[in-house]
Amino acid sequence: MSILGGGIFKGMAVTLRNFIGSYFYKERLTTNDYEWRAKDKLPQSIGDYPKEEGEQLRDTTTVNHYSRNFPMLLHDTGEPMDTIRCVACQICERECPPQCIYIEKSTEKKENADGKPQFYPAKFDIDVSVCMSCQICVEVCPFDAIVMNSQFELSTPNRFGGLLVRRDDLLKSNDYYHKIHPQEAAARDQKMVADKAAKEAKKKAAAEKAKAAAEARAAAAAEAEAKEDTE
Amino acid sequence: MSELCHESLLKEFPEAQWDEAAGAVILPAANARTIAEWLLASGWDYCSNVTGVDYLEVEVKEKITNDAGETETVPRIEAGRIDVVYHLYSMANKTGPLVLKQRTGREGATAESLTPVWRSCDLQEREVYDLFGVDFKGHPDQRRILMWDEFEGHPMRRDYTEPFDYEWEPTPHAEILAKHQRGKVIV
Amino acid sequence: MITAALNYELLQQEGLETSLLEISMGPHHPSTHGVFRMDVKLDGETVVELRPVFGYLHRNHEKLAENMTYLSSMPFTDRLDYFNSMTNNWAYALAAEKLIEVEVPERAEYLRVIMAELTRLVNHVTLVGFFINDLGALGTPLMYAFREREKILDLFEQASGARMMCNYFRFGGLRNDVPEGWLDRTRELVDRFPAFLDEYEQLLCENEIILSRTQGVGNLSRELAINAGVTGPMLRASGVNYDLRKVDAYGIYDRFKFRVPYTDGDTGDCYDRFMIRMLEMRESVAILKQALADIPEGDIIGKVSKVFKPKPAEVYGRIEGPKGELGFYLIADGTTKPYRYRVRPPSLINLTVLRDMCLGGKIADAVIILGSIDIVLGEVDR
Repeated sequence: MSILGGGIFKGMAVTLRNFIGSYFYKERLTTNDYEWRAKDKLPQSIGDYPKEEGEQLRDTTTVNHYSRNFPMLLHDTGEPMDTIRCVACQICERECPPQCIYIEKSTEKKENADGKPQFYPAKFDIDVSVCMSCQICVEVCPFDAIVMNSQFELSTPNRFGGLLVRRDDLLKSNDYYHKIHPQEAAARDQKMVADKAAKEAKKKAAAEKAKAAAEARAAAAAEAEAKEDTE
Repeated sequence: MSELCHESLLKEFPEAQWDEAAGAVILPAANARTIAEWLLASGWDYCSNVTGVDYLEVEVKEKITNDAGETETVPRIEAGRIDVVYHLYSMANKTGPLVLKQRTGREGATAESLTPVWRSCDLQEREVYDLFGVDFKGHPDQRRILMWDEFEGHPMRRDYTEPFDYEWEPTPHAEILAKHQRGKVIV
Repeated sequence: MITAALNYELLQQEGLETSLLEISMGPHHPSTHGVFRMDVKLDGETVVELRPVFGYLHRNHEKLAENMTYLSSMPFTDRLDYFNSMTNNWAYALAAEKLIEVEVPERAEYLRVIMAELTRLVNHVTLVGFFINDLGALGTPLMYAFREREKILDLFEQASGARMMCNYFRFGGLRNDVPEGWLDRTRELVDRFPAFLDEYEQLLCENEIILSRTQGVGNLSRELAINAGVTGPMLRASGVNYDLRKVDAYGIYDRFKFRVPYTDGDTGDCYDRFMIRMLEMRESVAILKQALADIPEGDIIGKVSKVFKPKPAEVYGRIEGPKGELGFYLIADGTTKPYRYRVRPPSLINLTVLRDMCLGGKIADAVIILGSIDIVLGEVDR
């Protein structure tokens, strides 16, 4: 078919094309390192979103909407421990696939952000040396209290203590969450408001129903009384 | 081909049982190999999946109607067993699956090896031997496959308890911590 | 096929003083794609006996999954075949969906196909790179392959939050919708991919060294391939037209027009297995183009609670993974945890024929044959 060595020669042409092309097109580069980005554009992991349009396809280090590294606990505006959303229900601890969450429930109740007395976690530790960033805890949480952080610079010289993240270090504000995952946070807030409204509507409907029932009962009783009177 | 179904198998070998709940044919221990060879000849050319299932001894309560016509609940002890499950397909006719089961007791579990019929059972039966402790009669090369040769016990059995051989690490989990402390005593 | 005993006896008859050399290749051998050992007996350079030894990565995935709820073992399926976490997720979701009978929304079905085909591209492109690496072409082809793979992994990261351990599929759909602009970026990538394949074929397919090293090496006959339960591209390279995307038509694969490449003859060698994968990538691109053109708007997940109790039943769900038939056998007993959870790993079962293909060949060929099987030890050992 062809001369011996022709196939090798063709292959060489391809490598040459890639070699020269890599000076002109970034997608021909086989390794993208930090160096070809300006130092001030390096993602710093927090609040480094959004990036310029079209940069994401090539840049593997972009912190994106769904980036997940390790979980964090959310609190609403105010003192972290006064507005913590977690009620120590321990669902995440049970469901966590590698069993890296450790929770101790408080003995007494404390008012949460809505002014409702609730339990809170006396201890909430996540062993990030075990955590596999799977996000199952976020999905099973019925209180939207645990979400994923995009912080990834967590290296520490202390293997055991340093990688066991305690409750107070895990607590982050909702504003911070909005900063790192704007879309997800907005959707979650919307869902929470809708849930609350639905709950209240349900409560109201139930109350109204109870009221109507009570009125009907009262009316019936009055009628019966009236009937008795006439007799 | 309409013959590729469990009915034709049951017609040919009446001693095989049909388990409706599991959708599987339970092979008699005596002639499992013969049936397998017949199945291969009749077109089930591909054995996809081989695995074991361990059932512990359980007490089941079942309702029966006694002589007086009353229903009563009677406890009955169901013996523990190990099922070896085979999933067969036909590549030539693109049909399947046909599920076969070999049943054996938990003590001294043995089953007929189907490796001489379907080579694909080779490594998978070794795995069942390794993890469930089922001895396959007629397997050409029955050794442990995933665990090392000196390993004792069969980890996939439901009553298997793991030995303490963890590296000590501080952990907040009470259960693991207790284990560590136990380990410390041993050391 | 030359068998061990024959060859050895022949040499002894001729009065030559020979003895067999036993070598343990591995567990840390650069060619073995992980911690995998081949105990080989050599007569000169000819392999007369070969035993694969594995289990170094064994973590009893099945037992772990039996002790946690259905949802919780989803992230562990990522770690089976860590190149193809999306298809692993799908196989498990498919099996579990048979237990709970949930309708998967249209958009989720399309996205599943897109993810699975992108995964196939990732797997095949990596395999080809490593395969050429095993031949001795260190670096260049593998780096080109990884460059393209990285672009797809970027897409995965944008959709699921992780490059490799995607954990993206859920029972009844997907975890979240893809972000804005993701589909356009995927279209762009898919449009550019055939150009890369052309270049890659130009680089490799006519190369005389590759041809002479792979053609006629590691022959696998059709009968043995079927009987040994070999699946995936390796089976089709031996001349069997069997692709679960066509046979089972799971998901919505019946809506797409694509061809299943398989060889004409009765046997397949390493070159066939390599070429089948190159051809399959082109078909994957064809499926991707159709799926990306037709994808509708809509919901992403059906109505499923996070923790559910399926009725007692036994199911077996299987899909055409990039490496072969990936099956999940689940037994539900009415609790939140599966009573039995079994993975049918294509990598492990394709290894059944490793010895048959290597016997009588050269030791250097054993390395290529192992490369052409395409194993990932995370799945072999589980």
